[in-house]
Amino acid sequence: MTDSDPVRLYRTVRLIRRFEERAIDLVRAGEIVGGIHPYLGQEGIAAGVCAALRDGDLVTGTHRGHGHVLAKGADPARMLAELCGRVTGLNRGRGGSMHAADLGVGVLGANAIVGAAGAILTGAVWARRRRGDDLVGATFFGDGAVNEGMLLEAFNLAALWRVPVLFVCENNGYATTMPVAGAVAGTIAGRAAAFGMPATAVDGQDPEEVRATCAAAVARMRAGGGPELVEARTYRFDAHHTFEHRVRLDYRPPEEVAAGRSRDPVDIQGARLPLSVRESVDAEVEAVLDAAVGYALASPAPDPATALEHLYASGLTARTGGG
Amino acid sequence: MPRLSYRRALTRALADEMTRDESVFLLGEDIRVAAANVTTGLLKKFGPERVLDTPLSEQAFTSFATGAALAGTRPVIEFQIPSLLFLVFEQIVNHAHKFPLMTGGQCAVPVTYLVPGSGSRTGWAGQHSDHPYSLFAHVGVTTVVPATPADAYGLLVSAIRCDDPVVVFAPAGALDVRADVDDLVPVPLGRGCVRRAGTDVTVVAVGHLVHDALAVADELADQVSVEVFDPRTLYPFDWDGLVESVSRTGRLVVVDDSNRSCGMAGEIIATVVERVRLAASPRRVTRPDGAVLPFAPALDRAVQPGREQLSAAIQLCLKDGS
Repeated sequence: MTDSDPVRLYRTVRLIRRFEERAIDLVRAGEIVGGIHPYLGQEGIAAGVCAALRDGDLVTGTHRGHGHVLAKGADPARMLAELCGRVTGLNRGRGGSMHAADLGVGVLGANAIVGAAGAILTGAVWARRRRGDDLVGATFFGDGAVNEGMLLEAFNLAALWRVPVLFVCENNGYATTMPVAGAVAGTIAGRAAAFGMPATAVDGQDPEEVRATCAAAVARMRAGGGPELVEARTYRFDAHHTFEHRVRLDYRPPEEVAAGRSRDPVDIQGARLPLSVRESVDAEVEAVLDAAVGYALASPAPDPATALEHLYASGLTARTGGG
Repeated sequence: MPRLSYRRALTRALADEMTRDESVFLLGEDIRVAAANVTTGLLKKFGPERVLDTPLSEQAFTSFATGAALAGTRPVIEFQIPSLLFLVFEQIVNHAHKFPLMTGGQCAVPVTYLVPGSGSRTGWAGQHSDHPYSLFAHVGVTTVVPATPADAYGLLVSAIRCDDPVVVFAPAGALDVRADVDDLVPVPLGRGCVRRAGTDVTVVAVGHLVHDALAVADELADQVSVEVFDPRTLYPFDWDGLVESVSRTGRLVVVDDSNRSCGMAGEIIATVVERVRLAASPRRVTRPDGAVLPFAPALDRAVQPGREQLSAAIQLCLKDGS
């Protein structure tokens, strides 16, 4: 069943927030190489959408995907170990921040090619339902993806074949540095309308509003409805990628950033709980993340001799590159 | 002994695997009416849920198949035009192929990409005449190019059963081949075969060019004993099988319908010379660098590897070092 418990919703938002802050610390400490795309500010979307789903439902995430994977139920310790490139990571150190995924909890990959995952999820949901499984899917993407032809093709396939996929657009206002106004002709909802898909806009900063809106859409889909689109308006609190901590890019006015940060999903959901409950959740989350950091840093790096492992599911072995 | 055409061998392979395994289904453009004359009769036999005709959305339905494979099915996509593989190269390479490694072995993506009519069909010009198998061998996607009806059946069956993505190129130049076939059996991926035994030179021929190589070998039979090696699978390649042949003959000629630069022939020659001391410089007959097939038939033929070029290459190889 979907989970409308405000405490659990708060816990998920808080977990993602503190996970990301600790991950940024680990980037700065050199423990996470390659940096991350922080999900800070957008936590309410992953938390709200996944609270509207069941355990058996499927999702796909993005390069800014830590929140999706955590909200769907992956173990934060193995997630953090993956970011640190450790053999105990979700992907055995083969995926890293952009691809960290746990198929065991229904995350069919975190896909770093913008707009690519919608068609993959549509195929997966279609195939599982054809087999008789009662499930739906949710695919996350940003405002940049709405200009990718592949995603629009996926809208068409899902609508044409009535595959119950919730297309979740996390509109944070920028595709890397490109503002929506400079990139999107027409509207995001208008793209859905063109394919006969219902579209709803929600305040992505309010986890409960996201949850309630998505729960209603998911209920319609489970009742036999086709795909729907939810446009969650949000704001990215931090950099597109942590490289911006070193290289300042001038594309967001400081007053806009301040205004965006003033609507914090952690505070919005936290304000719905008694202070004592909030403090107790915070402490519990901190303990989980203390353990996660400890687990990740104590885990071994993969053996270089295993670099070609998992390249082929069939057991095929590739020639090595040496002379 | 029943006579079987290459196309019907493909049809039989699809029908047999769909019968054997409920998780196998087909998708592609115009497959319900068998526009490419490969899915003939399958809609009636298996229904529209397993013979899924798609809109013209190659990128989306290629990734749709990736998702369906992640969910436990074995999709087979038919592409009517070989050049569509350029359009979906991203979906195959960046997603289907990379998922097992990127997820640390959490998944498999058993999709078969079937291209009935790869290479030149004469008169179909620049955007319908490519033969991009070397690209897939380069990125490490299992790549097969059957030359005969028996191999078309056997390799397609093995491709569908493989837990990794496999591209099956059925060359236009081989689609009209008919042969007496006793047993329709799976042919293992990664295993080549000697089509014609010989002692003086090994000719590696890819796909439909196997038949040209056999014809040239017969023409030259009074001058030279040609062994014809058909790799059948280009990736993974049967290096041991080829090295065994070249170790006996000491000479190597490759005829390959790839563009010359970074084509399969270059890789075959490089690997053989790493492992075998040849009696003569190896030779290759290929499309030119950067070939775009021109429309006019004489021009189309002029940029494809031909029998005369192969014959000349064999004779040059024989003169050299003797």
